[in-house]
Amino acid sequence: MTLSAMRVAIIVFPGSNCDRDMMVAIEQLTSRRPALVWHKETSLDPVDLVIIPGGFSFGDYLRCGALAGRSSVMHAVLDHAARGGAVMGICNGFQVLTETGMVPGVLIRNAGLKFACRNVDLAVCDTVASPFTSGLAAGQHLTIPIAHNEGNYFADADELRRIEDNGQVAFRYVAGAAFGPANPNGAANDIAGVLSPNGRVMGMMPHPERAMSPEQGGSDGALFMSKALESLVS
Amino acid sequence: MSESAEVMTFDNAAAMGLSRAEWDLIEKRLGRTPNLCELGIFSAMWSEHCSYKSSKKWLKTLPVDGPQVVQGPGENAGAVDIGDGLSAIFKIESHNHPSFIEPYQGAATGVGGILRDVFTMGARPIALLNALRFGDADHEKTRHLVGGVVAGIGGYGNCIGIPTVGGEVNFNKSYNGNILVNAMAVGLANSDRIFRSAATGPGNPVIYVGAKTGRDGIHGATMASAEFSDETESKRPTVQVGDPFTGKLLMEACLELMASDSVLSIQDMGAAGLTSSSVEMASKGGLGMEIDLDLVPAREAEMSAYELMLSESQERMLMVLKPDATETARAIFDKWDLDFMPIGKVTETGRLVLLKDGGIACDIPIGPLVDDAPEYDRPHHDAPTRPVFASQNLAGDKSVSAVLLEMIGHIDLASRRWIYEQYDSQVMADTLAGPGGDAALVRVHGSRRGLALTTDCTPRYVESDPKTGGMQAVAEAYRNISAVGATPLAITNNLNFGNPEKPEIMTQLVQSVIGMGDAARHLNTPVVSGNVSLYNETDGTAIQPCPVIGMVGVIDDVATAAGTAFTAAGETIFVVGQTANKTDGWLGASIYQAHYGDATIYAVPPVDLDAEERHGTFVRTHIVNGLITAAHDISDGGLAVAVTEMAMHSKFGAAIDAGDDAISHSWAFGEDQGRYIVTTQDAAGLAAAAATAGVEVTKIGVVTDRQELKFGAADTISLAALIEAYEGRLPALMA
Repeated sequence: MTLSAMRVAIIVFPGSNCDRDMMVAIEQLTSRRPALVWHKETSLDPVDLVIIPGGFSFGDYLRCGALAGRSSVMHAVLDHAARGGAVMGICNGFQVLTETGMVPGVLIRNAGLKFACRNVDLAVCDTVASPFTSGLAAGQHLTIPIAHNEGNYFADADELRRIEDNGQVAFRYVAGAAFGPANPNGAANDIAGVLSPNGRVMGMMPHPERAMSPEQGGSDGALFMSKALESLVS
Repeated sequence: MSESAEVMTFDNAAAMGLSRAEWDLIEKRLGRTPNLCELGIFSAMWSEHCSYKSSKKWLKTLPVDGPQVVQGPGENAGAVDIGDGLSAIFKIESHNHPSFIEPYQGAATGVGGILRDVFTMGARPIALLNALRFGDADHEKTRHLVGGVVAGIGGYGNCIGIPTVGGEVNFNKSYNGNILVNAMAVGLANSDRIFRSAATGPGNPVIYVGAKTGRDGIHGATMASAEFSDETESKRPTVQVGDPFTGKLLMEACLELMASDSVLSIQDMGAAGLTSSSVEMASKGGLGMEIDLDLVPAREAEMSAYELMLSESQERMLMVLKPDATETARAIFDKWDLDFMPIGKVTETGRLVLLKDGGIACDIPIGPLVDDAPEYDRPHHDAPTRPVFASQNLAGDKSVSAVLLEMIGHIDLASRRWIYEQYDSQVMADTLAGPGGDAALVRVHGSRRGLALTTDCTPRYVESDPKTGGMQAVAEAYRNISAVGATPLAITNNLNFGNPEKPEIMTQLVQSVIGMGDAARHLNTPVVSGNVSLYNETDGTAIQPCPVIGMVGVIDDVATAAGTAFTAAGETIFVVGQTANKTDGWLGASIYQAHYGDATIYAVPPVDLDAEERHGTFVRTHIVNGLITAAHDISDGGLAVAVTEMAMHSKFGAAIDAGDDAISHSWAFGEDQGRYIVTTQDAAGLAAAAATAGVEVTKIGVVTDRQELKFGAADTISLAALIEAYEGRLPALMA
């Protein structure tokens, strides 16, 4: 399969606000416009990758991602994942994935109790086999922006040990060129992104769709996503 | 006794802020005494906030025309042509009083309100900016207000998904009891698909959409038209509560509906809610409107006609639809789970008729509400003359670098990172230059074109010399747009002043509007929208006057834009707009003078509009053709501060030389106008181009690969020390 044959679906909830940005980013990499799927849908056409974009689904009311995680389209996304389908959640999408249990842990308020929008430096981790990391070298650094209020990754000690042992940590915040503390939100073990046990579902707080070209301030997001898409088609 | 039968007296009118003469006029126009609802409508429409009664005479003197103007003042927002059949639609608006009373909600609803003004015109908002003024850094309320306002601005903008890309913040004790929160929104629309607010077609349905009406913000426009006092805290219930999630749904639903060719006219329910929206729509169409208040979606039971008409609940719109479009529109609002309710119709009567509980709650002619709104020529006088500050050195034997280290951590110069990192400046993925530089640069989605955006005002200049201060606000905005390589197009203004019934305050307003108008005419940047906020006083003490300018510029290819960061060691640093033999500078009314000098109000640096235009044109021409590699306008803190910012934003240092003598404090920190720092790889080429253009340029140094700044032969300071002071100030205040 070529990249231009890739079928990508982006789930849109009321309050999603990075759906268009992700659509543009995927189209830049695949030359094919992804499908935008409204949350009231109950099924998904066959797809190679489902993306849950950033934003404030349902206003983040009740708890970030809680209402979206229970909306009708998510049953179809869960079925897709159960069949081994690939799913990527960015920022609020990561929060939605934790609400469904598709990836471990939860995301709580940033340690500084403030919204944080800035570049962070990430290190790619040595993970379980996963299309989201296989195209990158373990230890490789990426600079990608964050923009969130609840990105402080939390899991209890047993679960943290389990996901570390299983190679489910995809990305960690590390010191680099970006101004400010390396870990921007107090995340446990500096975790910026995690994988499902089978490596097919990934959630991450940073926004790769905002780092698609040098004029945006960097293109490491494009590097990460193009490697992931290539892994998925190969 | 039913509401409509209640007999009002002048005492009731006075409690709503109306004067005896205004009360008499209402009785005369109605031929009877108004009831509570009617009186409430008159008082809101005739409030300073809605009627501009003190400022209208002077606002009319501002230039509003130009070939680029698609929509001037009078609609929800202004519009200018940016090429390719697109318009930039923008406006700035204040939410000062609510933000002091309840900073988070006040600021959040300020952002929500200005966004509605922009998408009401059919534009998708693409950027937000803000201009903030807080009290003294040491004042007991400042920390709380800064934290709440910043969180509120971020809370709304981040959630609705519009990037906050720029703004400005000052601190001054005159704002201790009356902060300023001005929010600007910019959107894009096809120039032939701009929606306006004039009602059309008698019989056409009037539709209410969005959130339900509650008891929040009742009579907020009247509160915004009164001075503060110790009792202001009791006005907390008049502050609106924002819901950015509903705002997002309303924005998407409205834009979807507008694409369907169903909407004839549309108006945001902002200040004075259903009152101003219905009256303005009917008035602009020369028509009447009949509304059944029992049909208005209400959040609370048993709301009176008065409450329904004066509520300022957020996230609501009023529109007139094509007669056969109601079901199409209803389906769209159902999809977005928003209220959609036909509540009335356009009429030919020229009257606003409100039905409630089977009776008539209000029946008043619309003409007098708008046309007879009072217009005052309030007394004013000549602006006071100020002494010229003569001293060239206030900081004793301190070296330039020692002064710089103290200045760079000054509350008005220090890094705003603590603030802007709480704003999502990147959502929509078109922000190419966000907060921290001169103007923000936002790409026009799917094209190579870019919009340059800035807000500017220097209140201490306006206080000293309101006319020059008004000019300077426009000139500085013009410089900020030019310094990224963009062509300035038009402005929106937010006039923040004290009580206009005091001649000294009215003088500030009149003189600064005159100065602003002169500059806008000269620089070809007409005023296409704006807002006036008066009575910014607490217990009789007025704020430093603050007529904020929001400016929009355009650049054809974003790849040709420049930033403030130095780009390469070895490049030559020039000052544009400064003669080579200059060894001093203008310290009066400068940050340096404020920091080291006495409290005297000195004369401000003169503004030469011819020079501003010549220098700005030179800078943007040579940014776009690549001769200039980085540019930064010289403003607060002067030349040394501008150079320092360019170094701190980059990985490079600089060696600065003012000639053979030691560098004077006034050369380094003077705030002479019309100047830019620029860098180039081709020093001879830049000098030749400047000679051709008749622009004075002076070589002042070189970019180095050392992490330090060097002034003259031996005065050096590390960038690390400067960055620590620059970045540390606001976090220390807010810790």
